[in-house]
Amino acid sequence: MLFFSFFKTLIDEQVIVELKNDMSVRGTLKSVDQFLNIKLDDVSVVDEVKYPHLSAVKNVFIRGSVVRYVHLPGAVVDTALLEDATRKEAASQASKMGGR
Amino acid sequence: MADTGADQLDDTIVSEPLDLVRLSLNERVFVKLKGDREIRGRLHAYDSHCNLVLSDVEETVYIMDDEDEDLKTIQKQSEMLFVRGDAVVLISPPTQS
Repeated sequence: MLFFSFFKTLIDEQVIVELKNDMSVRGTLKSVDQFLNIKLDDVSVVDEVKYPHLSAVKNVFIRGSVVRYVHLPGAVVDTALLEDATRKEAASQASKMGGR
Repeated sequence: MADTGADQLDDTIVSEPLDLVRLSLNERVFVKLKGDREIRGRLHAYDSHCNLVLSDVEETVYIMDDEDEDLKTIQKQSEMLFVRGDAVVLISPPTQS
Protein backbone atom coordinates (compact mmCIF):
# COMPACT_ATOMS: atom_id res chain seq x y z
CA MET A 1 0.00 0.00 0.00
CA LEU A 2 3.05 2.26 0.45
CA PHE A 3 3.52 3.05 -3.24
CA PHE A 4 -0.24 3.35 -3.81
CA SER A 5 -0.30 6.08 -1.14
CA PHE A 6 2.90 7.59 -2.53
CA PHE A 7 1.48 7.91 -6.04
CA LYS A 8 -1.73 9.43 -4.68
CA THR A 9 0.38 12.29 -3.31
CA LEU A 10 1.73 12.85 -6.85
CA ILE A 11 -1.67 13.32 -8.50
CA ASP A 12 -1.76 16.38 -10.82
CA GLU A 13 2.05 16.29 -11.17
CA GLN A 14 3.84 16.00 -14.49
CA VAL A 15 5.53 12.57 -14.85
CA ILE A 16 7.21 10.47 -17.53
CA VAL A 17 6.21 6.81 -17.56
CA GLU A 18 8.75 4.51 -19.24
CA LEU A 19 7.17 1.26 -20.42
CA LYS A 20 8.75 -2.16 -20.78
CA ASN A 21 8.62 -1.79 -24.58
CA ASP A 22 11.01 1.22 -24.19
CA MET A 23 8.32 3.76 -25.05
CA SER A 24 8.11 6.81 -22.75
CA VAL A 25 4.89 8.72 -22.19
CA ARG A 26 4.84 12.17 -20.62
CA GLY A 27 1.65 13.38 -18.98
CA THR A 28 -0.20 14.62 -15.91
CA LEU A 29 -0.87 11.90 -13.34
CA LYS A 30 -4.63 11.81 -12.90
CA SER A 31 -5.25 8.63 -10.94
CA VAL A 32 -3.67 5.46 -9.62
CA ASP A 33 -5.01 2.23 -8.07
CA GLN A 34 -3.75 -0.61 -5.87
CA PHE A 35 -2.13 -2.38 -8.86
CA LEU A 36 -0.31 0.86 -9.69
CA ASN A 37 -2.31 1.15 -12.89
CA ILE A 38 -1.93 4.76 -13.97
CA LYS A 39 -4.17 7.25 -15.74
CA LEU A 40 -2.44 10.14 -17.53
CA ASP A 41 -3.94 13.30 -19.07
CA ASP A 42 -2.43 15.62 -21.70
CA VAL A 43 -0.12 12.86 -22.90
CA SER A 44 2.73 13.17 -25.35
CA VAL A 45 5.16 10.46 -26.42
CA VAL A 46 8.77 11.41 -25.67
CA ASP A 47 10.19 10.01 -28.91
CA GLU A 48 7.38 11.04 -31.28
CA VAL A 49 9.30 10.06 -34.43
CA LYS A 50 9.87 6.50 -33.28
CA TYR A 51 6.43 6.03 -31.70
CA PRO A 52 3.86 8.05 -33.66
CA HIS A 53 0.99 5.77 -32.55
CA LEU A 54 -0.23 7.99 -29.74
CA SER A 55 0.11 11.37 -31.47
CA ALA A 56 -3.66 11.89 -31.46
CA VAL A 57 -4.27 10.51 -27.98
CA LYS A 58 -5.16 12.91 -25.13
CA ASN A 59 -5.34 10.56 -22.17
CA VAL A 60 -4.28 7.00 -21.44
CA PHE A 61 -4.77 4.22 -18.95
CA ILE A 62 -1.53 2.29 -18.43
CA ARG A 63 -1.62 -1.20 -16.96
CA GLY A 64 0.71 -1.25 -13.94
CA SER A 65 2.52 -4.41 -15.00
CA VAL A 66 3.93 -2.86 -18.21
CA VAL A 67 5.57 0.04 -16.36
CA ARG A 68 9.36 -0.07 -16.01
CA TYR A 69 10.03 3.37 -14.50
CA VAL A 70 8.15 6.48 -13.53
CA HIS A 71 10.34 9.59 -13.72
CA LEU A 72 9.17 12.04 -11.04
CA PRO A 73 9.79 15.72 -10.35
CA GLY A 74 12.35 15.67 -7.51
CA ALA A 75 11.07 18.79 -5.78
CA VAL A 76 7.65 17.39 -4.86
CA VAL A 77 8.95 14.27 -3.09
CA ASP A 78 9.59 14.51 0.66
CA THR A 79 12.35 11.90 0.92
CA ALA A 80 12.56 11.88 4.73
CA LEU A 81 8.82 11.26 4.99
CA LEU A 82 9.12 8.51 2.39
CA GLU A 83 11.87 6.76 4.36
CA ASP A 84 9.82 6.89 7.58
CA ALA A 85 6.78 5.49 5.76
CA THR A 86 8.98 2.72 4.32
CA ARG A 87 10.28 1.76 7.79
CA LYS A 88 6.72 1.69 9.16
CA GLU A 89 5.56 -0.48 6.27
CA ALA A 90 8.51 -2.84 6.83
CA ALA A 91 7.71 -3.08 10.54
CA SER A 92 4.04 -3.84 9.94
CA GLN A 93 5.06 -6.43 7.35
CA ALA A 94 7.42 -8.04 9.90
CA SER A 95 4.76 -8.21 12.61
CA LYS A 96 2.41 -9.96 10.20
CA MET A 97 5.11 -12.55 9.52
CA GLY A 98 5.75 -13.02 13.25
CA GLY A 99 2.10 -13.89 13.78
CA ARG A 100 2.34 -17.14 11.80
CA MET B 1 7.80 -19.89 16.66
CA ALA B 2 6.37 -16.48 17.42
CA ASP B 3 8.99 -15.66 20.06
CA THR B 4 12.07 -15.48 17.85
CA GLY B 5 12.95 -11.91 18.70
CA ALA B 6 11.87 -10.81 15.25
CA ASP B 7 8.89 -9.03 16.79
CA GLN B 8 10.98 -6.46 18.56
CA LEU B 9 11.13 -3.09 16.85
CA ASP B 10 14.91 -2.93 16.66
CA ASP B 11 16.12 -0.96 13.66
CA THR B 12 19.39 -2.82 13.38
CA ILE B 13 18.21 -6.44 13.50
CA VAL B 14 18.56 -8.38 10.26
CA SER B 15 16.22 -11.35 10.32
CA GLU B 16 14.96 -11.43 6.75
CA PRO B 17 16.53 -10.49 3.39
CA LEU B 18 14.64 -7.21 2.95
CA ASP B 19 16.03 -5.98 6.30
CA LEU B 20 19.32 -5.56 4.49
CA VAL B 21 17.59 -3.22 2.06
CA ARG B 22 16.05 -1.31 4.96
CA LEU B 23 19.53 -0.57 6.31
CA SER B 24 20.36 0.98 2.92
CA LEU B 25 17.64 3.64 3.16
CA ASN B 26 19.07 7.09 2.40
CA GLU B 27 22.28 5.45 1.10
CA ARG B 28 23.48 5.07 -2.47
CA VAL B 29 22.69 1.58 -3.73
CA PHE B 30 23.41 -0.44 -6.83
CA VAL B 31 20.40 -2.10 -8.46
CA LYS B 32 20.60 -4.68 -11.24
CA LEU B 33 17.52 -4.98 -13.42
CA LYS B 34 16.17 -7.27 -16.11
CA GLY B 35 17.09 -6.38 -19.66
CA ASP B 36 20.81 -5.57 -19.09
CA ARG B 37 20.13 -2.48 -17.03
CA GLU B 38 21.86 -1.19 -13.92
CA ILE B 39 20.99 1.72 -11.65
CA ARG B 40 22.93 3.65 -9.03
CA GLY B 41 21.01 6.03 -6.82
CA ARG B 42 20.00 7.05 -3.30
CA LEU B 43 17.31 4.73 -1.95
CA HIS B 44 14.27 6.39 -0.36
CA ALA B 45 11.56 3.71 -0.45
CA TYR B 46 10.97 0.03 -1.13
CA ASP B 47 8.27 -2.56 -0.50
CA SER B 48 7.96 -6.35 -0.49
CA HIS B 49 7.63 -6.41 -4.32
CA CYS B 50 11.00 -4.58 -4.57
CA ASN B 51 9.28 -1.51 -5.98
CA LEU B 52 11.78 1.29 -5.34
CA VAL B 53 12.09 5.06 -5.27
CA LEU B 54 15.59 6.44 -5.84
CA SER B 55 17.02 9.93 -6.29
CA ASP B 56 20.06 11.25 -8.21
CA VAL B 57 19.81 8.21 -10.43
CA GLU B 58 22.36 7.11 -12.99
CA GLU B 59 21.04 4.37 -15.25
CA THR B 60 23.30 2.27 -17.48
CA VAL B 61 21.85 0.23 -20.34
CA TYR B 62 24.13 -2.35 -21.96
CA ILE B 63 23.49 -3.08 -25.62
CA MET B 64 25.30 -5.91 -27.37
CA ASP B 65 25.89 -5.29 -31.05
CA ASP B 66 25.71 -8.77 -32.60
CA GLU B 67 27.53 -7.91 -35.83
CA ASP B 68 30.85 -6.58 -34.57
CA GLU B 69 30.39 -7.92 -31.01
CA ASP B 70 30.68 -4.44 -29.55
CA LEU B 71 29.31 -3.73 -26.09
CA LYS B 72 27.65 -0.33 -26.15
CA THR B 73 26.50 1.45 -23.02
CA ILE B 74 23.93 4.20 -22.71
CA GLN B 75 23.95 6.43 -19.61
CA LYS B 76 20.82 8.25 -18.44
CA GLN B 77 20.26 10.55 -15.48
CA SER B 78 17.09 11.13 -13.50
CA GLU B 79 16.53 13.24 -10.39
CA MET B 80 13.77 11.05 -8.92
CA LEU B 81 12.78 7.62 -10.19
CA PHE B 82 10.19 4.97 -9.32
CA VAL B 83 11.31 1.47 -10.36
CA ARG B 84 8.72 -1.28 -10.65
CA GLY B 85 9.72 -4.31 -8.59
CA ASP B 86 9.15 -7.01 -11.20
CA ALA B 87 12.22 -5.83 -13.16
CA VAL B 88 14.55 -5.89 -10.13
CA VAL B 89 17.17 -8.65 -10.02
CA LEU B 90 19.30 -7.54 -7.06
CA ILE B 91 19.83 -4.62 -4.68
CA SER B 92 23.33 -4.11 -3.36
CA PRO B 93 24.19 -1.91 -0.34
CA PRO B 94 26.43 1.16 -0.74
CA THR B 95 29.62 0.58 -2.70
CA GLN B 96 32.93 2.30 -1.98
CA SER B 97 33.38 3.44 -5.58
